[in-house]
Amino acid sequence: MAVDASYEKESEMQEWQGALDELKGLVSERAMTGETMLLNMGPHHPSTHGVLRLLLELDGEEVVTCIPDVGFLHTGIEKNIESKTYEKAVTLTDRMDYLAPMSNNMAYCLAVEKLVGLEVPKRAQIMRVICMEMTRLNSHLVWLGTHAIDMGAMSVFLYAFREREMLLKMFETLSGQRLMGSYIRPGGLWRDFPPEFMPQLEHFLDIFPGRVDDYEKLLTNNPLWIDRTQGIGVIEPEKALAWGITGPSLRGSGVAWDIRKSMPYSSYDEFEFNVPVGEHGDVYDRFYVRILEMRESVKILKQAVKKLPAKGPFRSENRKFVPPPRAELGQSMEAVIHHFKLWTEGFAAPDQEVFSAIESPRGEIGVYIHGTGGNKPRRVHFKTPSFIHIGALPIMTHGHMIADLVAIVGSVDVVLGDCDR
Amino acid sequence: MSVAAALDPVEAVKKAFPQAVEDVVEYAGEVTLVLNPDYLPAVARFVRDTAGLVYNFLSDISAVDYYPDYNRPGRFGVSYHLLSMLHKRRLRLKVYLPEDEPSVETVTTVWPGANWPEREVMDMMGVDFKGHPDKRRILMPDDWNGHPHRRDYPLGYETPMFSFNVEEIMKHKPKAKE
Amino acid sequence: MGVSSKLGNLGVVTTTLDAAVNWGRTGAMWPLLFGLACCAIEYMGTQGSNYDLSRFGMELNRASPRQADLLIVSGRLTRKMAPVVRQLYDQMSAPKWVIAMGDCASCGGVYNNYAVVQGCDEIIPVDVYVAGCPPRPEQLLHGILTLHEKIKGESIRKWGDDEKWAADRSENAIRA
Repeated sequence: MAVDASYEKESEMQEWQGALDELKGLVSERAMTGETMLLNMGPHHPSTHGVLRLLLELDGEEVVTCIPDVGFLHTGIEKNIESKTYEKAVTLTDRMDYLAPMSNNMAYCLAVEKLVGLEVPKRAQIMRVICMEMTRLNSHLVWLGTHAIDMGAMSVFLYAFREREMLLKMFETLSGQRLMGSYIRPGGLWRDFPPEFMPQLEHFLDIFPGRVDDYEKLLTNNPLWIDRTQGIGVIEPEKALAWGITGPSLRGSGVAWDIRKSMPYSSYDEFEFNVPVGEHGDVYDRFYVRILEMRESVKILKQAVKKLPAKGPFRSENRKFVPPPRAELGQSMEAVIHHFKLWTEGFAAPDQEVFSAIESPRGEIGVYIHGTGGNKPRRVHFKTPSFIHIGALPIMTHGHMIADLVAIVGSVDVVLGDCDR
Repeated sequence: MSVAAALDPVEAVKKAFPQAVEDVVEYAGEVTLVLNPDYLPAVARFVRDTAGLVYNFLSDISAVDYYPDYNRPGRFGVSYHLLSMLHKRRLRLKVYLPEDEPSVETVTTVWPGANWPEREVMDMMGVDFKGHPDKRRILMPDDWNGHPHRRDYPLGYETPMFSFNVEEIMKHKPKAKE
Repeated sequence: MGVSSKLGNLGVVTTTLDAAVNWGRTGAMWPLLFGLACCAIEYMGTQGSNYDLSRFGMELNRASPRQADLLIVSGRLTRKMAPVVRQLYDQMSAPKWVIAMGDCASCGGVYNNYAVVQGCDEIIPVDVYVAGCPPRPEQLLHGILTLHEKIKGESIRKWGDDEKWAADRSENAIRA
């Protein structure tokens, strides 16, 4: 093609120069001269967990800095919630951190209950603890499977998903849906535990500790695994706190902060469990903290199964906020009026703001709700752990190689739906 | 090593910065200190470093838009949610910013982890943080116009299709051919 | 693949070749290792040992679009991600098929707002839509098998003629 080749090259150079200028403050001086290479680890990549784009500045194989670019999964959930009533918004919160949907529900419902001053009955609190710990196991199993398969241990992925199928069957028994059940609602739960749920849960709790032993047999003392994970991605505890890291990633660095223990919510203070804490803050410690957390979750679930009263309310009886069960509608006029009011208009929340945080499998999920005095929120903001952790990736990956970068991103357990909302 | 006893954050801040505190709101067991925006970084550093307060962890930075009610001293309210891991309590610092050119100084010098939450507020609400090292858009594409979380920004939805309007909508809906 | 005669065309060989080629194409369709959101987790569950995708030859997800046949759009497609998906689709070499998995990929799903493309068929042509939020593994398998049925009805001449195949495949999209 007899096109003016020099013109094309010049405009390409200008575009490239313009793009480089944008990054001036973010990459080191050596990138400007071409001494280090800028490589795009794009939104479509097998090892980034979801659509995460990392712009890597590489000195050979070594990462000098990495600039994360997120937003490829930004769904506008917060703005969508502003046009829904408080109860209807629960279904949207499911889909943010899609590996642990019930913990998002829980965080949102706790904030709503704080805003309107709604009390949750004791039995419902214990049922919520059961749901939350099952969700924690669910999320840690997916994390284990995907982290291991990123580093080459493919069988762990298949084993983890086999256990996960048991958990998903139980979720389906509870809420009708394998994922995204929207089972936790403001005031309690959507419906009582069906009779077939408890035997399934007890059977699962009998066999699961043996399965965790299987995973440990494959990975914990495996010399290949140890080589690839020890000493990689170290974060010192002060830096971790300054950069806002929470959850197992923080506990791997030695800071014993678990909201379930330190600022307990929903009757967690009545359960006995330990908080595993790492020492070195590397990938291996974060991995081992999560394995131990799975065992602690089993402990909590066993205690909850014993503690759970056989009969009792599963949701608050305050009819100003919670719709009545269908059986009541045939008998009481007030029930019909409440039902009508709540499902058409929803309940009203005052023009105040609250912030409430829970310990999700990833870290601390905080929900900030500002009401209007009407039936729809003015602003709902979710502080999600993955967002903060991806922001802290540059300090974790400095000086490592690309293969280690994959290990670090996996160990921090980021979910892009959680990050971008 | 002994730990200093917990101080009342409201009293401590009022004593150290008497002109900074404009209002104190207590609701649902939470304390909100409404501050003058000029004093925000100084108060933030003070509550982080003072023994007895030690709000060492920044949980979140969130912004609210009070359009069209305008029932607050500014159109935008930016809240900083702090957590004291030692004393196990939370505090909220709030600043109200005016409608034209809302801007406040960044707290990335106090907590480096404020980098990304502030970028999100800049992107989605259009509040400027003076001195922030990286002011690019974070969640929206780089060439997006507008700030989506503002209340006067439209939700941008497509009209739900029913059988009576489906042909009208499908005429304007883009559809890939190949 | 018996002997069937067709008068007026290239004859018996084309028809039998069609069946053979389509049998080969459906036997081991390699999906692109591509997952956007929650539906990707159900896709991974479908690939696990309980609902095995490997029996269809699809256990091998190719990371490179050049080597993949099938693009399963699993999850919500946002406006920022749309050019990327379009580029991936363009980089795939023909013959290529697209399954829109889940409600968000089919029609925008729960999200009707500024950030989500209302259906990935706004930017890439879709062969099979699978409904669900997220679809159960059995639903996804039904969608994949429906795609196999659709492919078995195709003719190899269709893929050789650029304009013709583009026009009629998006019109023959199936809702599973």
